[in-house]
Amino acid sequence: MIRKLAISSVALAAMTGAPAMAQDIAVKLGVLNDRSGIYADLSGEGSVVAARMAVEDFKASEKGMKVEIISADHQNKPDIGSNITRQWFDVDGVNAILDVPTSSVALAVADIAAEKNGVLLNSGAGSTSLTREQCRPTTVHWTYDTAALANGTGAAMTKAGGKKWFFLTADYAFGHSLEENTTKVVEANGGEVVGQVNVPFPTQDFSSFLLQAQGSGADVIGLANAGGDTVNAIKQASEFGITQAGQKLAALLMFANDVHALGPQTAQGLSLTEAFYWDQNDDTRAWSKRFMDTHGAMPNMVQAGVYSSTMAYLEAVKELGSAEDGKAVVAKMKEMDITDPLFGKVKIRGDGRALHNMYLFEVKSADESTGEWDLYNQISSITGEEAFLPMLDECDFTKK
Amino acid sequence: MAIAEKSNNPESSSALVEPVTQTAGMSKLHKAIFAVLLIALIILPFLVYPIFAMKVMCFALFAAAFNLLLGFGGLLSFGHAAYFGGASYVAAHAAKVWGFTPELAVLTGTAAAALLGFAIGSLAIRRQGIYFAMVTLAFAQMVYFVALQAEFTGGEDGIQGVPRGDLFGVISLADNIALYFFVLAVTFGGILLLYRIVHSPFGQVLKAIRENEPRAISLGYDVNRYKLIVFTLSATLAGLAGATKSLVFQLASLTDVHWSMSGEVVLMTLLGGMGTIFGPLVGAGVIVTMQNYLATFGAWVTVIQGVIFVIGVLMFREGIIGVLARWLKKPL
Repeated sequence: MIRKLAISSVALAAMTGAPAMAQDIAVKLGVLNDRSGIYADLSGEGSVVAARMAVEDFKASEKGMKVEIISADHQNKPDIGSNITRQWFDVDGVNAILDVPTSSVALAVADIAAEKNGVLLNSGAGSTSLTREQCRPTTVHWTYDTAALANGTGAAMTKAGGKKWFFLTADYAFGHSLEENTTKVVEANGGEVVGQVNVPFPTQDFSSFLLQAQGSGADVIGLANAGGDTVNAIKQASEFGITQAGQKLAALLMFANDVHALGPQTAQGLSLTEAFYWDQNDDTRAWSKRFMDTHGAMPNMVQAGVYSSTMAYLEAVKELGSAEDGKAVVAKMKEMDITDPLFGKVKIRGDGRALHNMYLFEVKSADESTGEWDLYNQISSITGEEAFLPMLDECDFTKK
Repeated sequence: MAIAEKSNNPESSSALVEPVTQTAGMSKLHKAIFAVLLIALIILPFLVYPIFAMKVMCFALFAAAFNLLLGFGGLLSFGHAAYFGGASYVAAHAAKVWGFTPELAVLTGTAAAALLGFAIGSLAIRRQGIYFAMVTLAFAQMVYFVALQAEFTGGEDGIQGVPRGDLFGVISLADNIALYFFVLAVTFGGILLLYRIVHSPFGQVLKAIRENEPRAISLGYDVNRYKLIVFTLSATLAGLAGATKSLVFQLASLTDVHWSMSGEVVLMTLLGGMGTIFGPLVGAGVIVTMQNYLATFGAWVTVIQGVIFVIGVLMFREGIIGVLARWLKKPL
């Protein structure tokens, strides 16, 4: 440690002593995500590819910045994630941590980043706590949160005529909060909840729950669950012919890579909310093609979020001329008006929540889909202000 | 302990003549190893990252506590994550919500694990072998679901931002090195206690039960009582490790109560050497080091872990330290 310090101070002296030398702004980014478990497709290597593309597109070296990217697998364990994060900040000199799916790990990293004055640019985790109960001045929550997904799907589907809802709720805190959030939105838009059933977590066999949902006479069956449970429920709903019989299926937490894995044959007619889909406009298509060439799969919103948040972060660092003070960089990011090729207009709120449009998609039928990755029809869009929860006053870090 | 045992079984304790000679005190070799270990551990935080070193020590104590039950009691529990994780939740809650000082928080967590171990143990020891393992697994799953659903555990987010606090209300543990020496004292103390238990008359009776339970019964020992005590002791020390870990990482999460944690500790113990004193420490060191330093290899971590386990089973079934002990012809 001391030797390192000595070397760096010598280097610093050499640099200040020789003004002719270009003063590179050194930035070190750490992509921390799941590279071997259930979220490896959601984030994983794809997020590292996205971060590299951001550094490339930002033309960092031309702007006098030296950006290095390292990555690690947190195995969805908060203790491993927290260990890596501390080591990255303390020993390896990392300035910002990217991605971090799995809420428990993300919340741990957010605390450490605040303590060490680093930055957390979160794209992968969905917990609203990151900008509410555990808001920190060094956190930026870029892509989505569970409230926005529930809001997007609940509001848009109710407005479109899905007045009667039935929930299949994973029986733990996450599932209940998802159901509660969506219920509020549905009722605010003139809909009603005709019933719900708590499903043990995790569950293999959804048949009895699906039959209850089918018999309830609801227009929409809301899946207040995640991951393998959602996938199982959709597969079995397809076997029961639920969507073919006219009821709509709404996934409240699901991503493009899950839909791709299920295929349009099984997932057709499913509604879900996302912040990004590769086939939205020329910009997203061009970027996604490049991503596909490197990574071999189309990007999902989490990976796109890693790209865009990195771009915004590098811009703020460039303007400040240093990445050392994490709090200052995030404050700078909150001042900027960002126009992003993938997310459009983005504004980062005082609590670190990035506001951008969210979109309601419906999965295409097998006949409609023209290719492996041709997954969605866009149904509607809602603005960031509508989609995300309002800011808590105590979390507004722009007010001192 | 010897007195208590005699009062329980007045005529039997003299009947069980143990061939083991090192019951009195610590053998010279073990003394030397402990001394070297202690010196190495004092230097360690200046060589490697202290948080990582603390994690290794917590898992070493956890594996050693588990080894007391499996290696010396002959009981395979597949639910030790319940005590490890349960204690970490209770300690985290005590430190964060009740504002306990670190040593009190750790003690509260440990006490909770002891109670839990006593309750589960008193039911589980009524069955043997695979049924015992399944009963412990079932109870551990119950603890997992309580952790998932209960209000105070924070569900899948866990308890975050646990304060490290001031030791005895005076010494701040915010500094990694200060915390390191607190953790060192706790875990080293725990491991010495385990050593003492194993080499006490109580430990000798345990080995007798492990080797031949009907014979121990016929000698007049109340076998179930011994099993319950060793189960509770093992759970308590596993809880001590878990409670300490929650202070190190400042969080308690579902990972610690998940069944895969129970599996991990079995792996550590087997890899290091079941039924040896130092084996679990080495096993824990190897597994945690792999998880930490191979993190950049992504998916390969689990593959490498699996390969090492397979090699271990094929080449050295007694575990790393077990093989070493055989070569040296000395118990380690």
